[in-house]
Amino acid sequence: MTKLDAKIPEGSLAEKWTKYRSSVPLVNPANKRSLEIVIVGSGLAGASAAASLAELGYKVKVFCFQDSPRRAHSIAAQGGINAAKNYQNDGDSVYRLFYDTIKGGDYRAREANVHRLAEVSGNIIDQCVAQGVPFAREYGGLLSNRSFGGTQVQRTFYAAGQTGQQLLLGAYSSLQRQVGMGNVKMYTRHEMLDVVTIDGKARGIIARDSVTGALERHFGHAVLLCTGGYGNVFYLSTNAMGSNVTAAWKAHKKGAFFANPCYTQIHPTCIPVSGDHQSKLTLMSESLRNDGRIWVPKKQNDTRKANEIPEDERDYYLERRYPAFGNLVPRDIASRAAKERCDAGYGVGTSKMAVYLDYAAAIIRYGKGEANKNNMHNPSDEEIQAMGKAVVKEKYGNLFDMYKQITGEDPYEVPMRIYPAVHYTMGGLWVDYNLMTTVPGLYALGEANFSDHGANRLGASALMQGLADGYFVIPYTIGNYLASEIRTPSMSTDSEDFVAAEKAVRDRLETLMNIKGNKPVDYFHKRLGKIMWDECGMARSEKGLKASIKEIQELQKEFWSDVKIPGEIDNLNPELEKAGRVADFLELGELMCIDALDRNESCGGHFRTEYQTEDGEALRDDENYAYVAAWEYEKQSKFKLHKEELKYENIKIAQRSYK
Amino acid sequence: MEGHLNLTLKIWRQKNASVAGKFETYQVSGISTDMSFLEMIDVLNNRLIEEGDDPVAFDHDCREGICGMCSMYINGRPHGPNRGVTTCQLHMRSFKDGETITVEPWRASAFPVIKDLVVNRSAFDRIIAAGGFVSINTGNAQDANSLPIPKEDADDAFAAAACIGCGACVAACKNASAMLFTSAKISQLALLPQGKVEAAKRAEAMVAQMDEEGFGACSNTGACEAECPKGISLENIARMNREYFSATFSSK
Repeated sequence: MTKLDAKIPEGSLAEKWTKYRSSVPLVNPANKRSLEIVIVGSGLAGASAAASLAELGYKVKVFCFQDSPRRAHSIAAQGGINAAKNYQNDGDSVYRLFYDTIKGGDYRAREANVHRLAEVSGNIIDQCVAQGVPFAREYGGLLSNRSFGGTQVQRTFYAAGQTGQQLLLGAYSSLQRQVGMGNVKMYTRHEMLDVVTIDGKARGIIARDSVTGALERHFGHAVLLCTGGYGNVFYLSTNAMGSNVTAAWKAHKKGAFFANPCYTQIHPTCIPVSGDHQSKLTLMSESLRNDGRIWVPKKQNDTRKANEIPEDERDYYLERRYPAFGNLVPRDIASRAAKERCDAGYGVGTSKMAVYLDYAAAIIRYGKGEANKNNMHNPSDEEIQAMGKAVVKEKYGNLFDMYKQITGEDPYEVPMRIYPAVHYTMGGLWVDYNLMTTVPGLYALGEANFSDHGANRLGASALMQGLADGYFVIPYTIGNYLASEIRTPSMSTDSEDFVAAEKAVRDRLETLMNIKGNKPVDYFHKRLGKIMWDECGMARSEKGLKASIKEIQELQKEFWSDVKIPGEIDNLNPELEKAGRVADFLELGELMCIDALDRNESCGGHFRTEYQTEDGEALRDDENYAYVAAWEYEKQSKFKLHKEELKYENIKIAQRSYK
Repeated sequence: MEGHLNLTLKIWRQKNASVAGKFETYQVSGISTDMSFLEMIDVLNNRLIEEGDDPVAFDHDCREGICGMCSMYINGRPHGPNRGVTTCQLHMRSFKDGETITVEPWRASAFPVIKDLVVNRSAFDRIIAAGGFVSINTGNAQDANSLPIPKEDADDAFAAAACIGCGACVAACKNASAMLFTSAKISQLALLPQGKVEAAKRAEAMVAQMDEEGFGACSNTGACEAECPKGISLENIARMNREYFSATFSSK
């Protein structure tokens, strides 16, 4: 049986990473040239890892299902990236970023990993600026910062509302540089469909060329999964349409433990669902909570337009409940508070499942500020409005445009309507300090692993973690494994293990094609999504979870007997790709419910209705649940729980309060 | 407010790169004006699947206008009738009941059709690989604030860097030129001190790759700028030409 050993280095927290780096085994340059690494996924984690490892001299192959590595969903991250630079001189430090992240994660993340993340955060900004990433700057030419939820310092670096895009394009350019130099071989429109293990070690993958349908075998001395999160298990989420769990799930079935699958982040500020046709949800960056005020009417079922509701009849519920952090409480808290108001009948819009995010006050505040700057002593209301709107446009213009595009309403004139939506998954493949899963030689980086965000991720920390893992962690930690692999020659992909793995993949694809049932893949995906959202979303209960597990098992059976996949197996076939992903989501959804049921407490994004305080806050149980739940796949619908106890030696574990 | 539309769709169908394609006509009804254009195609596709037909293949991913994957040529314009939007952000409220909508893939010899509306844009990746980067390895960077950059330059670089690599500029151009795409990257990096060092070499290498891929020349019609969903400016082409000519004059 695999034993969980996080392999955390000895020594005091602040020295662990430094000491580790100085003592980790190295691979000499000549040996690096003969070591091959397979990387799946080309987002922030994958692209940064690929570029950095290729620079070091390793032979790298990168796979992505999109038509270009630049499309990976990191591109859609809006608000920013955290770093403990303390450029604002407002009291920030590595320790404070570490502390905020542990606290924000509701004391369910691993101390050593989070401290390392905070330590390298500053290097990321340096690296990105050196690549030509155009971060926002002040007139003096220095970098600009803004604040984000769950913190009281300004440590977020940004590029308008397109920070993810700019960081990914930076990593992509470094990747393409290595492609041009012949150090990385890029495989676009390729989907990984299995991990190949030989004698217990990861030795490669089976990938399908989406254009020709051909299955390919690829060897690697190590395999890195940088394949993102699994939010699309909910059908509707802010993830891209193609984001999926397949690579991680195949790894899980080959022995990699899946940790904390029930930790899902529901983002508070998304554009509400408009109808049954909805295919995905769109996030409005958390940075909007810096200046926007969130409210609902004080009267239930108020049908007046927002602008007709006078100030004293509005309930700014976050400012009321959490005066210390106000509109900037962490995401899980803001989301639950919105749900609470809407469930109680105070929601707005036609669906009544929305709250207002209002910029009227910010426009006036900025307008007056501009008037002061320009020495205008008696500005008219119109002048204030115009100047204020100009400032808001400069800061959030692209987000406001996007809102208008989707809803047909102008947020400069009427408050935006927002509602929580699935956005990020803190859970993922279990990894040790080296980012290695429980399968030797198989690594998970970025959102695909579980390690840094505990039960709730703070805003602007996903980009930080993806790039930390790829640029600054894996280049060191992989040496720890590959130093002992220098005598392993490249293996032929004609070996029994590769052939058997490919055959299993082919059999599964053929089985799917041959079902020839009656319902399209989307039909099953939508049904799974509804079960997950209703019972394993913002609020979970023992009764609901137990019923959901049964329902999902029945849905699995129905899927495998009634799904209808058109087209051919050996041609571009998006429905076949989707079917494979949904089949995996159906199994993951079951495990998420099992995990949520095991965790008899509320923490971060996991809220069990049975475990709450009198005023409706999450009630943690540190006595019994301060562990990482790492699940081992045994067989269909059977998972075995392994616990990694979380030890807090540097932080005093406390009830999380933002009041 | 939500309304409903009945529409006639003329969609380019092509089984793969080696066979000829043709337009097929489909009727769709009860389309909500709140739907995005791609959600309307989803509705059609699910119906085609239920009827036993092959659904329309099209590229898409983020559906929030940033990944650059969607690529439909709608009523003769890349990304459809609205300015500054990708197809995924185009909503059906922009169309009228009873309208006929023609949907084609990007048309350019450097973007061969893979299937239906899906084209191969890997030429763009190769142009970036030829020089669209700053040559810095991980771990060599100095402190980010040790290099102050005037806000105007940073803002201009950002405006150029906003390109999503969708290829609408090529599709819009009668010469299928990739000058707007290529110049946006050259310009972003030339505007910043980090990228200035290699500006000349970069311009030469990227332009050479662009020509090798078979993209056409620029004849200054400005269709690319007009159709660019991210408002990438023609000024970038002027900057690129400046970098390119100064490079070719001084190179051996």
